[in-house]
Amino acid sequence: MMDFLTLIQVLDSTVRLATPLLLACLAGLYSERAGIFDIGLEGKMLMAAFFSAAVAAVTGSVWLGLLAGIASSLALSGLHGLASITFRGNQLISGVAINFLAAGLTVLIAQDWFQQGGRTPSLMGGGRFNAITLPFADSLAEVPALGPIYSELLSGHSILVYFAFLAVPATWWILYRTRFGLRLRAVGENPAAVDTAGVSVVGLRYAAVAICGLLCGIAGAYLATALQAGFVKDMTAGRGFIALAALIFAKWRPWQAMWACLLFGLLQAVALRFQNIDLGGVVIPVQVMDALPYILTVVILAGFVGKAIPPRAGGDPYVKER
Amino acid sequence: MTLMKSLMGAAASIALTAGAALAEPALIFDLGGKFDKSFNEAAFGGATRWAEETGGTFREIELQSEAQREQALRRFAEAGANPVITMGFAMADPLSAVAPDYPDTKFVAVDVNWLDTPNIRQIAFAEHEGSYLVGMMAAAASKSGTVGFVGGMDIPLIRHFGCGYAQGAKAVNPDINIVANMTGTTPAAWNDPVKGSELTKAQISQGADVVFAAAGGTGVGVLQTAADEGILSIGVDSNQNHLHPGKVLTSMLKRVDVAVYDAMKAGTEVETGVFTMGLAEDGVGYALDDNNAALVSADMKAAVDAAREKIISGDLKVVSYYENDSCPAVKF
Repeated sequence: MMDFLTLIQVLDSTVRLATPLLLACLAGLYSERAGIFDIGLEGKMLMAAFFSAAVAAVTGSVWLGLLAGIASSLALSGLHGLASITFRGNQLISGVAINFLAAGLTVLIAQDWFQQGGRTPSLMGGGRFNAITLPFADSLAEVPALGPIYSELLSGHSILVYFAFLAVPATWWILYRTRFGLRLRAVGENPAAVDTAGVSVVGLRYAAVAICGLLCGIAGAYLATALQAGFVKDMTAGRGFIALAALIFAKWRPWQAMWACLLFGLLQAVALRFQNIDLGGVVIPVQVMDALPYILTVVILAGFVGKAIPPRAGGDPYVKER
Repeated sequence: MTLMKSLMGAAASIALTAGAALAEPALIFDLGGKFDKSFNEAAFGGATRWAEETGGTFREIELQSEAQREQALRRFAEAGANPVITMGFAMADPLSAVAPDYPDTKFVAVDVNWLDTPNIRQIAFAEHEGSYLVGMMAAAASKSGTVGFVGGMDIPLIRHFGCGYAQGAKAVNPDINIVANMTGTTPAAWNDPVKGSELTKAQISQGADVVFAAAGGTGVGVLQTAADEGILSIGVDSNQNHLHPGKVLTSMLKRVDVAVYDAMKAGTEVETGVFTMGLAEDGVGYALDDNNAALVSADMKAAVDAAREKIISGDLKVVSYYENDSCPAVKF
């Protein structure tokens, strides 16, 4: 049923679908490892998707669009930080508010600026991230087996895809090999100890939330300016929540996060390619494939396959003195 | 609170008196929103045309949630708007609840045809007939012998589109391979261009070189990817040829604008009952303009127009998906 070329195409699709998940998942990882739960990933991605597409459409430069997307996502991160760090509000409620805010604001501003029913004009030429062809991709395409893998699977993605996958080792290194990373993890487990050591809990948490905003911004820009050529309302379509599921599935660890996102991306790619899958008489409906990421996450959360223990201080605002 | 109440009361009474005096028509857009580049925007276009031609005004509301359907109907009916025009099949239940309470108000329901309330004009479109024509064009334009269909949410209406399309394609080339995919089973499937893109890429890798998108906002991604990858696409509802000039083979038109225009023009005298707008009534069709003129050969146009005549005269019957909830030409 599945020949080699089909397999390569499905994996290629997996990489494209996993990239926004991976960026959002790493974003959530920084934030949650520092003790700030963030269910506003979806909203931040959506906001960034809109502003990146809008600015790219107006200026014709996708890089300015990317910057605008990151800036808008950072602004929402700042809001989340203000509510949940400075004012010690409920982090989940703040996250929900951000999702609603983004869903409404994007369409409202888009309608006001472009009068196209809450979408941006289609991006042309320099307004989009184009696919990068890796060196020798065309000449190596004829090599059996390895050729297609290199030219189809590894080559021909936008620069943000390569950035996303490089961000995985970078995140691992930052978290486990730098002083900042140690403190970041500590502030999510036991902020009082960090405070006692004379390190600012508030500062660390704001830094984590800012990194989260940066990565969400890139994820949104990838959706609107690399995968698509413009913004459409609600275009994130729940990817922020799948990224959260992947984060739990990966138990808040970077390498595992990458594998979880690739797995969820693969499930989507297979579902899109084959729709209803016929396994020797038993037909798996496409809905099962769509629901699998959530089912797997619940299985993990329920403790059937290892135990997912969130950062201990996650969700608790830090109060210095009582 | 009391201030709020009195303010709202005042606003309501003003609205009431104004409405009663003028008997303006009212238009209720479905959840997709007024500017969806397709179904609802077509209705808005028809209403705008009426307003410009007659100098009249109309009232409108864009629904934001399911709960507002009945509320909006009652408000317009109470305010004396006549006729009250609704968009989309989901208005059927609220209409059957509200319409009997206002026997003197005429209601117009687009995409509904199964109610038996006397004061509703119900308009259904023969989407399968229009889809049949664009299916013929797709098969004629395809060089690979494989054409694609990308649906939005998996509901009977969308299968109805796909079924007509498949029959049309088979009529031109009996051996044609039709790849039909649905984006999803929740309303999010109407607004997921990324998934639309991936579906299109998957269909291209299966050999498709013409793709018909009946998928709302998701279709934007389908048309974009088709243009990027150098294959042809077919738009839906409104004329979407201009989105990618020279890359969109045609668009399956559903003349919601005509339905709304006619209803507004008839005003309070609008005829009630069940109406079907098919090829004969120019309710559906295919789009031909400067953007796709080079793609549609004279032979193709002649064949499609001949089929159109045959369908109108009844010599050619396009099987509707609704007849027995299955399609003879394609499996979903």
